[in-house]
Amino acid sequence: MASAICSQKDYKVVPGPEAYLSPAAASMGIVLPEKGQGLIEGQIVSEKVAMEAIAKKLLGAKNPTFFPGPNVLWAVSEKAVAKAVALQEMVKAVPGMKIIPMPDYRPKYPMINPEVEINPNHPNLTIWHNEIDVCVFAGVHCHYANLALKIIRGGTDCYTIALCANPGHEDAMISLRDVHVEDIRRLTKVIERLREGSK
Amino acid sequence: MIPKISPGFEDVLPVEYRELVQDGSYGRNLRIKDLGTFKESIEEHPLCAGCALSLSIRLIVASLPCPEDTIVVGTTGCNSILMPQLAIHNIHSLFGNQNAVASGLKRALKIRYPDKHKDVVVVAGDGGTADIGLSMTMHSWFRRENITTIMLDNEGYSNTGGQESSMTREGVVLYMAPLGKKYPKTRMFEIARESGCAYVAAVSPASPRRLEKMVRRAILVARAIGPTYVQIYCPCATNYKFSPSETLKRTKDDEQIREYMSSDAKELIERLGE
Ligand code: SF4
Repeated sequence: MASAICSQKDYKVVPGPEAYLSPAAASMGIVLPEKGQGLIEGQIVSEKVAMEAIAKKLLGAKNPTFFPGPNVLWAVSEKAVAKAVALQEMVKAVPGMKIIPMPDYRPKYPMINPEVEINPNHPNLTIWHNEIDVCVFAGVHCHYANLALKIIRGGTDCYTIALCANPGHEDAMISLRDVHVEDIRRLTKVIERLREGSK
Repeated sequence: MIPKISPGFEDVLPVEYRELVQDGSYGRNLRIKDLGTFKESIEEHPLCAGCALSLSIRLIVASLPCPEDTIVVGTTGCNSILMPQLAIHNIHSLFGNQNAVASGLKRALKIRYPDKHKDVVVVAGDGGTADIGLSMTMHSWFRRENITTIMLDNEGYSNTGGQESSMTREGVVLYMAPLGKKYPKTRMFEIARESGCAYVAAVSPASPRRLEKMVRRAILVARAIGPTYVQIYCPCATNYKFSPSETLKRTKDDEQIREYMSSDAKELIERLGE
């Protein structure tokens, strides 16, 4: 049987809607970046280039939104608290950026309130309802981030950015890896520099 | 662990989560008598009006000796759509796997937290416990796992429209069992006792104080001695076609209260004053 795996140059991780069951980017040949690198639409770039691209996307967005996950929303450790503070500084650097939390991953019945929360099982509802064009994920456990990112690509035209503490996310349009407090502060500085430069 | 919100995120969390943190049950040693004075779940639970399962689950949760260190393992069924809305760690396993998942979890927690009690409590329906998951349930008892199994016995598969289960009584006609059940209800109380459970009880939510005592005893015995089993009779208003206002009366009329404990369990319960 012929392999369904395509080479990386054939596939781009771009905003959808792609398909009801969009393929996992990894199954289309997209590979994770090495340390010091990032991903832009499936292509490996340097971390610096990825940070500049994130800043541009956020500053150019109509409705940029930050989705903090349980790893930063809940004060489970000093590390989590420090990261939460750094992420809030990043949000302040982007004019008009909103925060919509992902407090846990459990499916909510009969429905979630898309105005006040996002959930990996139906992230598209929150994005449609709030007309979000660019979003940032941080503090979401890997498998739930992958699930949410794939559903977003499948059903919305939102541009997704993942600030990952581990090796990154192929299913986000831009992904950084090994993101800790000092990296978030560096990203905030890039955002501030570009914002000041564009005045 | 008692949950705290990271500073600066207090205002963005949905109000029901904030309330769970401020007014929830963690670390406060609350009991059934305190129900109504603390926040138990996020809003709008999805079970039918008059469902005895929903009342049973509220009572179980309010009876846990240590909710902040308890993990409930469930499986598919009406109860599983309410579980995610509680302020309790909850794992949903594939249908019937709950006692196998709970066994592994309990063993891992013993290694990870050797100096702490982490209670693992299976809460599953009669289909998951006495039919599809019977093998895994019984084998967890044979292996003497330190877990509590609570069966919510609504005498049928309600979530999928009313098939008979092995806990349905003989002769009962259900939506998807039009000829009537042809054999008697499985004797899970006796099976649990003979399979090595150190504490076995049967109760219903019509006797809330008794239910509380039995759930607490079951969890405390499971911590120290071995597997325990509580069977809660909680009839289904929708599939048994009675009015929601009749639920408690039906439950009371048909409840069977029974309790068995091994000599070790008896000694422990007396020592703890439970
Ligand atoms: S179908 Fe029956 S058991 Fe299920 S939620 Fe409704 S009343 Fe409860």
